[in-house]
Amino acid sequence: MATLVVPQNVSVVEDAENLRKAFEGWGTNEKVIISVLAHRNAAQRKQIRLAYWDLYQEDLVKRLESEIKGDFERAVYRWILDPEDRDAVLANVALKKSSDYHVIVEIACVRSSEELLAVRRAYHARYKHSLEEDVAVHTTGDIRKLLLGLVTAFRYEGAEVNSRLAKSEADILHDAIKDKKINHDEVIRILTTRSKTQLMATFNSFKDSQGTSITKVLLGETADNEYKRLLRIAIRCINEPIKYYEKVLRNAFKKFGNDEDAITRVIVTRAEKDLQLIKELYYSRNSVPLDQAVAKETSGDYKDFLLALLGKQD
Amino acid sequence: MRESQHHIFLLAAKHKKEDMAHLQELEALTKALSGLGIDEKSLISILGKSDPARRTTFRQRSTHFFIEDERSFERWDDHRINLLRLEFVRFENALVLWAMHPWERDARLVHEALTLVPQSYRVILEIACTRSSEELLGARKAYHSLYDHSIEEDVAIHVTGSERKLLVALVSAYRYEGPKVSEDAAKSEAKLIAKAIKNGDKKNPIDDDEVIRILTTRSKPHLKAIYKHYKEVSGKNINEDIEAADFILKETAECLCNPHAYFSKVVDEAIRNDADHNTKKALTRVIVTRADVDLKEIKEEYNSLYGVPLTQKIDDNANGNYKDLLLALMTRD
Repeated sequence: MATLVVPQNVSVVEDAENLRKAFEGWGTNEKVIISVLAHRNAAQRKQIRLAYWDLYQEDLVKRLESEIKGDFERAVYRWILDPEDRDAVLANVALKKSSDYHVIVEIACVRSSEELLAVRRAYHARYKHSLEEDVAVHTTGDIRKLLLGLVTAFRYEGAEVNSRLAKSEADILHDAIKDKKINHDEVIRILTTRSKTQLMATFNSFKDSQGTSITKVLLGETADNEYKRLLRIAIRCINEPIKYYEKVLRNAFKKFGNDEDAITRVIVTRAEKDLQLIKELYYSRNSVPLDQAVAKETSGDYKDFLLALLGKQD
Repeated sequence: MRESQHHIFLLAAKHKKEDMAHLQELEALTKALSGLGIDEKSLISILGKSDPARRTTFRQRSTHFFIEDERSFERWDDHRINLLRLEFVRFENALVLWAMHPWERDARLVHEALTLVPQSYRVILEIACTRSSEELLGARKAYHSLYDHSIEEDVAIHVTGSERKLLVALVSAYRYEGPKVSEDAAKSEAKLIAKAIKNGDKKNPIDDDEVIRILTTRSKPHLKAIYKHYKEVSGKNINEDIEAADFILKETAECLCNPHAYFSKVVDEAIRNDADHNTKKALTRVIVTRADVDLKEIKEEYNSLYGVPLTQKIDDNANGNYKDLLLALMTRD
């Protein structure tokens, strides 16, 4: 369920004109930027960029980058890109600047097979390299194995489940954990090639036979390192993405870990997808509405923009 | 000459002529049943019109097809029947493959290579490396539709050993297809590959993470740049060094950077007399899958490698409808 609120009648030409007016004169009218862009879906935003180019022979995105700054600018920039282009940018930043490899795991595991393909195409167009090429160059060892498998997957998307296979592969995973070999090729093979429905059945089978979820067992048994962290994130993104995102936000508000971009990333990437479900889960787990937590942590235009994406109407 | 002698002479000459004709027919029948595909027309006109005596002669003289049974009759050799059956359907298989959408074709070829045939990694290599990024993607989509699994899932399950990592990565690649190449990276990667090949006796190059990274993620123009730098870096042509190294490494490199030479070699192997069933299938596969792509270039490369036009080789070694179909594909436009 999306949180994005879009008005009934939209004129992309008017939107382009209003944005232009917002840039003119001294300063920028950020309220207009928010009231237009934060209430348009991906297709409309693309049309607005085209209309803006037609009218003014200027790239709207570049103009925005020069007109606004800081967290607000970063959020709007991410928001206005096509979703696959956005993911390509996020992946590239994760590889080259922040080394926040969990962002890559998120993209590879939460997106559908077709969406991930679109991201790979967008990455070609933007960076003149393949995503896997850059992932391979910037990582080594087990992390490289895992990330490469995840970003190159084109998973079958049918609902079929082979229960016998789920049980046998759950056993393989369990044995690998027990033998402290979570980087084993078989673990990578299962996690990076099986369909999501098959994997969910596998994780269920694991829970049935072991009494606890695989992520809990992983947490307890093996040594702590980046690879294990990414492995657990991959499993959680495949199995229960809503719960995963809720936790990302919760940690961000509590300032756990170093995921500075988390709030922007989760809200911007999920507003048109399942942010409503994340909101509901957040409220049920924290007894505080997500809007309230965001308002407490952020300020100014950045805050207003995020709240608008969260569904606030003015 | 007296009349009776003349009569006998004429009879002997007539028998000789008939014998010659029989021999020629036998030769034609043998040819119709040898090589790739079957000459259906000859079989119909000779065997189809034959009387029982002729057929007996045919069976008696064709000792490679028939064996003398202990109960005094000429019996088909079972092994030969099976081989012959394969030749009869060679045309049918070629036509069916030709009519198929290229995505379905590649998906079926990979699936067959994984499941029906032992150790046919070459076909998987071939498809993963010689197709464009979009063609390979299409094959992966078709694979979903046909087999309810992803291609990488099945490759990972069926392939074992060092080859698994390489093949899974190759079928999963979605290479950048633009011309932009970083010469510095290409140079340093040429060094990496040279080092891995030099250490080949201690560690198989295809077990080297960096070799796999380079071969399975870099764009094809980038790989060609690596080959160029290889000579500067190691003094030898990469083909010479690889020749001695792992067979799979060699085929991968060739498919990626010199597919026309690769296809020429594969086709030539298929046409040889001692080719086994799997090797023979390559002729159909290459002609059909490359007919809309680069068959012209493959023909040129074949000619320059072997000094004989491929069309002539096929004319000499294939039969019937099968031959006609292949030649039709090869001489379009």
